[in-house]
Amino acid sequence: MVNAAIVGVGHTKFGRATDKQLQELAWEAIKEALQDAGITQRDVQFVAVGNTGRWSSDPLPAVVISEYSDLCPAGSIRVEAACASGSAAVRAAYQTVASGQADIALAVGVEKMSESTNLQVVEMIGRAGNFFWEFEQFGLTFPGYYAMYATAYLHRYGAKEEDLAAIAVKNHYYADLNPHAHFHKRITIDDVMKSRYVAWPLKLFDCSPQTDGAAAVVIASEKIARKLTDTPVWIRTQAVATGTSNLSKRSNFLSLDSAVKAAEEAYKRAGVERDKAYKYFDVAEVHDCFTIAEILAYEDLGFVERGQGYALAREGETYKGGRIPVNLDGGLKAKGHPIGATGVSMAAELTKQLRQQNPPERQADIKRGWAIAHNIGGTGHYAYITIYTLDKPPTG
Amino acid sequence: MAQSREQIEQMVNQWLKYVEELMKNEGLPIVPEEKTGDPLWVDVREMRLKYLIPVKRIKKFFDGLREGKIYATRCPVKGIYYFPPQADCPACMDENLEWVEVKGEGEILTFTKINVKPLSFIHYPDYIVAIARMSEGFNILCWLSTDKPDEVKPGMKVRLVVKRREPEGFFSYYLEPA
Ligand SMILES: CC(C)(COP(=O)(O)OP(=O)(O)OC[C@H]1O[C@@H](n2cnc3c(N)ncnc32)[C@H](O)[C@@H]1OP(=O)(O)O)[C@@H](O)C(=O)NCCC(=O)NCCS
Ligand SMILES: [Zn+2]
Repeated sequence: MVNAAIVGVGHTKFGRATDKQLQELAWEAIKEALQDAGITQRDVQFVAVGNTGRWSSDPLPAVVISEYSDLCPAGSIRVEAACASGSAAVRAAYQTVASGQADIALAVGVEKMSESTNLQVVEMIGRAGNFFWEFEQFGLTFPGYYAMYATAYLHRYGAKEEDLAAIAVKNHYYADLNPHAHFHKRITIDDVMKSRYVAWPLKLFDCSPQTDGAAAVVIASEKIARKLTDTPVWIRTQAVATGTSNLSKRSNFLSLDSAVKAAEEAYKRAGVERDKAYKYFDVAEVHDCFTIAEILAYEDLGFVERGQGYALAREGETYKGGRIPVNLDGGLKAKGHPIGATGVSMAAELTKQLRQQNPPERQADIKRGWAIAHNIGGTGHYAYITIYTLDKPPTG
Repeated sequence: MAQSREQIEQMVNQWLKYVEELMKNEGLPIVPEEKTGDPLWVDVREMRLKYLIPVKRIKKFFDGLREGKIYATRCPVKGIYYFPPQADCPACMDENLEWVEVKGEGEILTFTKINVKPLSFIHYPDYIVAIARMSEGFNILCWLSTDKPDEVKPGMKVRLVVKRREPEGFFSYYLEPA
């Protein structure tokens, strides 16, 4: 294995991009990432594109983007891991570099959700579980799948809908400080509580929105990374796990088994003690597609004991300056969730955090130089946990 | 929000007519986006999609529904239950599963009520989806029908029944308060 690092990042504004096509949006992020790395298309030997698609018109996004961005003839692949497709793209690019098959690879995440109507998109995402036994007969939606986790969690621990709301309040607060975010609107617990139900007990403000956007990161081998930058952000390790497609095959709805498994594996490889995990990281990006998901993430990552995650945001422990700052870019909830772009956006955000390039109000204090990304595809169907560090991994 | 399928179809048809007129008059199917005014090309092609899903190896399940029975499959060697029923036992690398009727007694593990519905479900009133742990030890996910939606909670005792899904009329299974 060769060490690999992120040496360039690009990120578009997230929101409704009714003025741009998929490849135009992707190019905007790619251009910025190439310029940030100080390289050209001719230096890129492999391109991985995370895109879930179906709501947008092009079925072969990797080639459409490669052509438009003048990346041909570098090899390419389009990957799918639902809402973790972006991390899957990072994985494909990272593995290509780590295995020595390329010196420089590009991971791109992009989604154009506004090409279809809202309810068509609700339908297409709802189908992404077990099609026949969950959707075809019972019409589950994505808010619905996570709502079942919320119901079980609130019932088991006596948490309140207001506790879920505290996550939305935090993430809207940080999104307001992030020019790339979908929403620039601070909200209160009351705003969340007054919003309409989407899938009981989840309300509109408990949900991430349907978003257009793109992000890109350049990943280089140790030899090249050293030449390109003084602050490479190393991919220390990435661990993945898979959960059952049908939620009825799961034994409990208080935790995502796949996330626990992937975190355990990543922690083992990086030498992180699970029960003190928050001490190892200066900042975290977690998958808050719905408010309950961020609470499960706190617990699944070992930032707090089981059943206590719901109090963390309310007590300010996941704000900047708290026990562990989480989603200082606004998270999926308020930065927006262009499905395939999200994992790459997390990589770009953590790179900027570790390089200390964010505005002070949402820049974490970087002491140890470690950050963690928790990107979940579907309802714990795919779990991708990635650890990024300023210090070079020991092996390689 | 709560529109019927007919209303939605009517709206869509009206809109398509408008685009068609526009295309004839202006020579291009380009419309301004509602909020931003950005020009959008309206796809001239349309794709209607209905999947054809093979059920040959689990046909007994559907035959059972017609008789008011709900079947699972079970591994005769290891005793593992499969619900939804499947024809293969990956644990034994075999396909010797037996059909067993589900007893139908269970307890709610969790549930939700779908308020914002997918387009193809828009014609139903808001529906409750629940997951119940059945007495045999496996879980079943389906709609829960009840006159008292406010009383549904985790731990509630339920039974499994077969009913037709209206207005389509196909047989399906439902949980009900026991
Ligand atoms: C929750 C959801 C169904 C709402 O869609 P909708 O009911 O059609 O709402 P609309 O898009 O008509 O929006 C109505 C208003 O609410 C706002 N809004 C939409 N979604 C929002 C959200 N999640 N949070 C806050 N505000 C939101 C819109 O900006 C709009 O505001 P405006 O009237 O000022 O322009 C939709 O956002 C959704 O599908 N979210 C989940 C996406 C998802 O499942 N992702 C995968 C997760 S793993
Ligand atoms: Zn068997």
